Amino acid sequence: MSFDPTHDEPLVCLKDVHFAYGERSILKGIDLSVRRGQVVAIMGGSGSGKTTLLRLIGGQLRASQGEVRVAGSDLSRLGRNDLYALRRRMGMLFQFGALFTDMTVYDNVAFPLREHTDLPPEVVRDLVLMKLDAVGLRGAGALMPAELSGGMARRVALARAVALDPMLIMYDEPFAGLDPISLGVVGQLIRRLNDALGASSILVTHDVHESLEIVDYVYFVSDGRIVAAGSPDEIRASTDPFVHQFVHAEIDGPVPFHYPAEPIAQALLGGRG
Amino acid sequence: MMGRSVSFVRRLGASVVDGIWRLGFATRFMVLLLVYSGQSFRRLHLTIREIYFSGVLSLLIIIVSGLFVGMVLGLQGYETLQRFGSGDALGVLVALSLTRELGPVVAGLLFASRAGSAVTAEIGLMKTTEQLKAMDMMAVSPIARVVAPRFWGGVISMPFLAAIFSTMGVVGGWLIGVVFIGVDAGAFWSQMQAAVDFRYDVLNGVIKSVVFGVAVSLIAVFEGYDCTPTAEGVSRAITRTVVSSALAILALDFVLTSFMFRG
Ligand SMILES: Nc1ncnc2c1ncn2[C@@H]1O[C@H](COP(=O)(O)OP(=O)(O)O)[C@@H](O)[C@H]1O
Ligand SMILES: [Mg+2]
Repeated sequence: MSFDPTHDEPLVCLKDVHFAYGERSILKGIDLSVRRGQVVAIMGGSGSGKTTLLRLIGGQLRASQGEVRVAGSDLSRLGRNDLYALRRRMGMLFQFGALFTDMTVYDNVAFPLREHTDLPPEVVRDLVLMKLDAVGLRGAGALMPAELSGGMARRVALARAVALDPMLIMYDEPFAGLDPISLGVVGQLIRRLNDALGASSILVTHDVHESLEIVDYVYFVSDGRIVAAGSPDEIRASTDPFVHQFVHAEIDGPVPFHYPAEPIAQALLGGRG
Repeated sequence: MMGRSVSFVRRLGASVVDGIWRLGFATRFMVLLLVYSGQSFRRLHLTIREIYFSGVLSLLIIIVSGLFVGMVLGLQGYETLQRFGSGDALGVLVALSLTRELGPVVAGLLFASRAGSAVTAEIGLMKTTEQLKAMDMMAVSPIARVVAPRFWGGVISMPFLAAIFSTMGVVGGWLIGVVFIGVDAGAFWSQMQAAVDFRYDVLNGVIKSVVFGVAVSLIAVFEGYDCTPTAEGVSRAITRTVVSSALAILALDFVLTSFMFRG
């Protein structure tokens, strides 16, 4: 391992990344890196482009400008097969779990193993039970996704995302809609799985307090740019107005509450003018 | 005035670009579907499962409808033939109408509304709930794993369903003609046997049902895959599947008939 020349390079590295949906520019020059072993949080308001950022790192979207490197490869240069080869070493937890609704919990977790390995069924079974045990749901294998609560579904999706022992795990809003207990459980799981697998994790969230407990580094995204970054201690101590607004959940501040629009007076009068 | 014409040209341009983009998307979809079809035969259990869902579960409606259509043919056909004193030819009329036209066409229409709509709904919902994206992120192509087996399941089921429909229709015609009305059973069957040509009538009917199966299955998987990922988008996609399939079947039927049965 220590002779690996790429070992010092960050696992994920974004340089001046721009992205637009049609004419609407979403990301306007993002620089960000994730080192091996780290859990990194990306925070920002709703609609600030966090999910878009994860999609770029997963290669589901292509940057219009700039460079996205994962494990040493520039994603824009990868063909379909190389991209799929890279994705086998990535796990992604979707915002709503995205479990396969026509399969049991067991089959959901077994899915990546069956698709990508030729392991005999007994080995698949042992691996699935281990992954389900790690998220505390070994007894739930026979349930269908519709029979799970939100928190359980999230944990099953987590077990599925780590089924192939990925080097990079991405989480899109893993805390959204969870009660405080499940929230703590999922938070601790994210950290423990990362350390047990020796992986790196990227956590997209707007839950500041839970994530400051478990991450190594935080990036704040607003208006398509990184506006602040630091370790959890630096963030807590920060006097940056943006960070302050976010950490202390203030309504007014640098983060605008409104989606960009013409001033309301103009909009109201314009209709009659 | 100037502004209005500029915006008209702009909208026109946008819809042309949009149309070309969709055409490219559909072409790419079909190419990928063919490329990945090999996998759905190598992993046959996936396709067999879909044959069960689109084929076997459509059996009941196909059998019942076939029987009724055959019975109506028996009634109407006898009534008309009788006027020309050729009630004995009822078997020929029933069998030819079914194998050449009604079997493939009506079975195709039923298949589109029973199985095609279900396939669109299933794929559309998987898209809406991000299951397709999740699969793609797991380095499993949704076209290989989800779309291709459903496509081939439909293509394989359709000729069998049409054949069963026609068979049941003949049974229905026999039931009305021979059992109820009293046409001579020997004449019914022997005239049918003499008049129905295997290559000209049966094989052409099978070819029609294969073509309809390809058309309906392709429309169903594409509409599901292409739908707007919302509840409303899925419901519109299902409607489009049924409507476009019906139009495609009827139009293709005309084209095929004009080539096959020019007399
Ligand atoms: N498929 C899409 N097409 C057009 N605009 C989109 C699409 N997805 C997201 N957007 C827009 O991009 C912005 C960022 O979206 P997203 O990355 O999902 O934000 P976040 O995850 O931070 O809430 C939003 O304002 C949204 O309206
Ligand atoms: Mg999001």
